[in-house]
Amino acid sequence: MKIALLGNPNTGKSSVFNMLTGLRQHVGNFPGVTVDKKTGRIEIEGKSHKLIDFPGTYSIYPRSKDEEVVYKSLCNPESENYPDAVVVVVDSSNLERNLLLFTQVYDLQLPTLMVLNMTDLAAKQNKTIDIDALQTLFPEATIVSSNARVKLGKQKVVEALASFRERKGHRFQQELNFAAIEDIVAQEQETKIRFEHIRQEMSTIERISKKTVPASRGIDKILVHPIFGYLIFGVVLLIIFQFIYAFASVPMDLIDGAFANLSGWTSSILPAGLLTDLITEGIIPGIGGVLIFIPQIALLFFFIAILEETGYLSRVVFIMDRLMRPFGLNGKSVVPLLSSVACAIPGVMSARTISDWKERMITIMVAPLMSCSARIPVYTLLIALVIPSETYFGFMNLQGLVLFALYALGTLSALFIAILLKWIIKTKEKGFLLLEMPDYKFPRWQNVGITVWEKIKVFVWDAGKIIIAISIVLWGLATFGPSDRMETAAAEAQNEAMKQNLDEESTNRLVASAKLENSYIGIMGKTIEPVIAPLGYDWKIGISLITSFAAREVFVGSMATIYAVGDDSEESRPLIEKMRSETYTDGTPVFSLAAGVSLMVFYVFAMQCMATLAVVKRETKSWKWPLLQMGYMGILAYLGAWITFLILS
Amino acid sequence: MGQILSQIKNGESAVVRAILESSLKVKLMEMGLVEGKKLEILYRAPFGDPIAVDIDGYVLSLRRDEAQLIEVEVQNSATS
Repeated sequence: MKIALLGNPNTGKSSVFNMLTGLRQHVGNFPGVTVDKKTGRIEIEGKSHKLIDFPGTYSIYPRSKDEEVVYKSLCNPESENYPDAVVVVVDSSNLERNLLLFTQVYDLQLPTLMVLNMTDLAAKQNKTIDIDALQTLFPEATIVSSNARVKLGKQKVVEALASFRERKGHRFQQELNFAAIEDIVAQEQETKIRFEHIRQEMSTIERISKKTVPASRGIDKILVHPIFGYLIFGVVLLIIFQFIYAFASVPMDLIDGAFANLSGWTSSILPAGLLTDLITEGIIPGIGGVLIFIPQIALLFFFIAILEETGYLSRVVFIMDRLMRPFGLNGKSVVPLLSSVACAIPGVMSARTISDWKERMITIMVAPLMSCSARIPVYTLLIALVIPSETYFGFMNLQGLVLFALYALGTLSALFIAILLKWIIKTKEKGFLLLEMPDYKFPRWQNVGITVWEKIKVFVWDAGKIIIAISIVLWGLATFGPSDRMETAAAEAQNEAMKQNLDEESTNRLVASAKLENSYIGIMGKTIEPVIAPLGYDWKIGISLITSFAAREVFVGSMATIYAVGDDSEESRPLIEKMRSETYTDGTPVFSLAAGVSLMVFYVFAMQCMATLAVVKRETKSWKWPLLQMGYMGILAYLGAWITFLILS
Repeated sequence: MGQILSQIKNGESAVVRAILESSLKVKLMEMGLVEGKKLEILYRAPFGDPIAVDIDGYVLSLRRDEAQLIEVEVQNSATS
């Protein structure tokens, strides 16, 4: 049996879904839209059934393209998602508004179960619901009450699922026919008639003994305060970022180390050859390159889920909305953009809460311009290389100022591009913000855990495939060269090392460097030299630009390989010395101030991250957006770096 | 007297008289903003936009642009 799960937003629908299915969830697609289709399996009387979680809506009629799946699945028996029965989660504390969707679904004549959720909240507001009266009103529906947040009523719901009542044609609104999807006038009429009818019935269903003012109202006075509101949000962000930087690096280093060891160990037990190289230098680092992002994704979504569960997130949206609007963004863009300062991947994924399609696309398109943590190794290397460590006014360090300027450049350009996109992207729908601000609650840890788990799963399975494919291609380009060029170069390097009496480690580095230079990537780096020369780069930098498409921090490792020095990012002294002494044939240094700053500007703008690309593809469900993004960021990077070089040289 | 929701001061109560014609009309109705519905303006975000409104015990925040689509009648008796 296929069972559809419906309900208004903020009714605890996902709590009900999690309560019923636990971790037996699967994320898939609804055809043609960007919302995910979450399905789970539930066991009822020994039989397994499929539960489909539909997006939360206030009505079966869609107000956005993503909401169309509800109407299209429920009103079309031919649809692959047409359910055999429907569960509607209803917020007991807000019954009147919730009944609109319920009466619509009830009138569809599908076996229907009403889950009266959030009974504790209704009790707090002194609202009592007469279930018998409700049952009289909907005689062919099964009605159960529950409090999914504290897992109350799971057994009742499961039992009710086994006893759907047969539909014999009873309707709440006898005379109404369903309106067509585009017939707004009829939908308006229907909404009006239904609400009038619901309102007449409310007096028999619900009793309010005494009106209370929820505690949330008092808390809101502070949290949306013009000064304290922003201050508190700032502090919350600070705490979150402290946690991410303090805790993400440990597992990230562990993953990094473990995969390096795994590569080494695998190559030691397998016979030397191309297949071994593919495994140890292509596939294993590729998988490592996927897993390395998990700590940041997990930590960010852990905090985002808590903010969301408690109800604080909607207050952030409330106080930030006006500030973001001039940029074509909305209050909900704040979390994705700020998350991108740690990593654009969770940032892009968290943009899913933005219901307006245009605002969501703009947010996703500009998020990677926020300087992420992977740029830090590149920035610090280049700053140490070309920016003198001078102090002004006793405390302003020039190197620190440059780092700040790079972050500011990223943020400002994100906002600027957002304004441009606001003018370029055309939509029929007008942007709006109609946001429920739920009462403050304690977070449900199961919901937080499942959110984190689900985000990791989606990233690893959906984006991971693309990331591994690109790593293998990059490996191939770095491993193979035309005819026997690489072998010849390697042999020459070996001879050279013998002549110089180098130790084994240095010899290996020299050989690796010679091989990379003569591989396809090396040749590509040389080929693009005329194109990047105006930016102040030579072919060696060109090679690193290509390899660091895998991830920005790869730039440091690539430079180390090319210059045949040990890649120890903790102590990059030898690399810096080598880079500093690098000169063109006429004796001028390669890493002049102009070239160094130009390279920094390049990394501020360029989409040098295949994982972000893969996630944007996953989230927008098309290659169009990630490719456009890579294109505009590339142009911006090239022009920005070129202008910088012109000004400084 | 008829007024527009965006003009109502914080703390005041009002009754919805009509939703002006716009593409958002049905959406607003579905959120519970139907004729005769009583609401209270709770607070505004910094810069006076968006506006938070209490409707039957739930808090809805909407932008000024959306609030301008709602015609209301202020209730003189200062009810809580």
